[in-house]
Amino acid sequence: MSILVDHETRLCVSGITGREGTFHALNNKRYGTDVVSGVTPGKGGQQVDGIPVFDSFREAVEQTDANTAMVFVPARFAADSILEAAEAGIRTIVAITEGIPAHDELRVSTHLGRLGGVRLIGPNCPGVLSPGKANVGIIPADFFKEGNVGVVSRSGTLTYQIGNELAQAGFGNSSIVGIGGDPVPGLSFIDVLELFEADPETALVVMSGEIGGAAEEEAAEYIAENVSKPVVAYIAGFTAPPGKTMGHAGAIVSGSKGTAAAKAEALEAAGVRVGRTPTEVSEIVIESLDG
Amino acid sequence: MDLLEYQGKQLFARHGVPVPSGRPAETVDEAVTAADAIGYPSVVKAQVQIGGRGKLGGIKVAAGREEARDHADAILGMDIRGLRVHEVWIEEASQIEAEYYASVVFDRSARAPLVMFSTKGGMDIEQVAEEDPDAIASLHVDPLLGFQEFHGRWLAFEAGVDADLVRPLTGMLAKLYETFVAEDAMLIEVNPLIVTPERELRALDAKVTLDDNALFRHPDNAALRNPSAEDPQEQMAKERGLVYVKLDGDIGILGNGAGLVMSTLDVVAQAGGRPANFLDAGGGSKAEAIVAAVEVILSDEKVKAVLFNIFGGITRCDEVAKGLIEAFEQVKPQVPFVVRLDGTNDEEGRRLLADAQLPNLEVEATMLEAAERVVALAAGSPTVQAR
Repeated sequence: MSILVDHETRLCVSGITGREGTFHALNNKRYGTDVVSGVTPGKGGQQVDGIPVFDSFREAVEQTDANTAMVFVPARFAADSILEAAEAGIRTIVAITEGIPAHDELRVSTHLGRLGGVRLIGPNCPGVLSPGKANVGIIPADFFKEGNVGVVSRSGTLTYQIGNELAQAGFGNSSIVGIGGDPVPGLSFIDVLELFEADPETALVVMSGEIGGAAEEEAAEYIAENVSKPVVAYIAGFTAPPGKTMGHAGAIVSGSKGTAAAKAEALEAAGVRVGRTPTEVSEIVIESLDG
Repeated sequence: MDLLEYQGKQLFARHGVPVPSGRPAETVDEAVTAADAIGYPSVVKAQVQIGGRGKLGGIKVAAGREEARDHADAILGMDIRGLRVHEVWIEEASQIEAEYYASVVFDRSARAPLVMFSTKGGMDIEQVAEEDPDAIASLHVDPLLGFQEFHGRWLAFEAGVDADLVRPLTGMLAKLYETFVAEDAMLIEVNPLIVTPERELRALDAKVTLDDNALFRHPDNAALRNPSAEDPQEQMAKERGLVYVKLDGDIGILGNGAGLVMSTLDVVAQAGGRPANFLDAGGGSKAEAIVAAVEVILSDEKVKAVLFNIFGGITRCDEVAKGLIEAFEQVKPQVPFVVRLDGTNDEEGRRLLADAQLPNLEVEATMLEAAERVVALAAGSPTVQAR
């Protein structure tokens, strides 16, 4: 098994006719993901390498039974596209787009929460990869193989760094989930930890966080109460100065809040082992799974 | 993006939040003209984003023209905790009967705006929260419903404001909330929010942080400048579309992806070095972006060595290598470079670098080794680069 995306995934790509959208839709298709359709308003009836394009998610769902959406449109259109996909009945939505206004994300998150049953991954995330089954997003799948380590992360490249070190040590992954670096992500660490806890294929979870907000502290509390599988964590941003946004919109230490030290401390207090470097994380994982 | 006090007040005024009248000034003459127009007594306020500027001599009351000139002359150009004062705000003096506190905060954890109000204004709210938490009334507002009158009444009654002020306060909080949403703010704080002897409410200070990601729909806000907070390297990076944060060390850093760059800074610090900057070259970094990045990093004269830490996903290592070779031709760096390339097309990238035989450039196999090497080089290389 795996979580969120697998052989059942029928993907519809919003923004499929754009340069990046086309490139990654076809990349996902080559990996074996069932890319059934795309949406670009005004370009219905066209095809992208044999994939039919529709004017709306409603048509795409009706005609191709899409059950998963990937959003690749520019920031100012992205919130609308996410809401459209949900309204059309899609229940797994992966939003890659970076730079969506925080207030838009807040409205989307509140609405989806009320609608119930919709899983939004992202925005500003690399997507989800279940090695050997499906890749929805921009994660370079070649570095990862099938295995029993689940990964959930706020950062893309850092995930590749950690995943690659694990792969070189012979370990593979059940699923790799990028929840994104924005202030109001869809799925939180807690949501993904809950899915990994229930997934029989996952033996251990690597959680990669960074400065800003309180999601890591909240996850620590959740882990202490609800997660029986071992969790190994990494936190980036120990040297980040307060008040500066470190690339990701959500990565900012506000006054004394959201520091890497506080997050690492909260996780360790909950029994989570925290690696101080990506290399140390993979060493702890290897030790935990071999031992 | 953090606004200066007067920029925040101008935003408030646009949404009907009462503020004292005032004018900005960049020179002493402008300040005197402004004070004459406003009338005396007037207040000369340094425009820098720092708490407690009054105690540090950044706020002074002028009884007449001579004093206005003296104060403006003293405050303009002043250094307040490392920030130079480029502008003053000349404001009508306010009579204060009571000082309150109000704020609207983008509460990430609760996924809703948090509105806070207290009758204990004029001091640091975190101190109030610690000493007398009951003095702060707060509530979350449903983002799809917005601020309602009852929200205002709840806050006013809970905080124990006088009966005659409940209605005006409710109205003012509603307008602050409207400003928060309409301007895509992440934070709006009014401290103090004053009561005048005429029982009127006014925002005597304004602290506003806007969402950078939403500036595209607020061209007026996007054009606002804050020269005291702008660093020359950060300005240069912005113009070239790079995500750069200036730090105070001597090791220049470039990586791809915010998380990996933050991690690189940490690993360099653990190896005993001090990073000079955060620079995310982004996904799919092309050669031109690398050249621009090298220029920005080296424009900081404190930089003694540079570390490139790339894990190629969408970014291709051969593109990064080509960019580096191009940058060495154009910029001719005088400080050593350490490069770590992993991921997509890494072998091709390393081969290109080896063939180019760039002076002063070393390739390391892992992130850890690269960090240790660059720290050693920074410790041993000359302090000032010849450029």
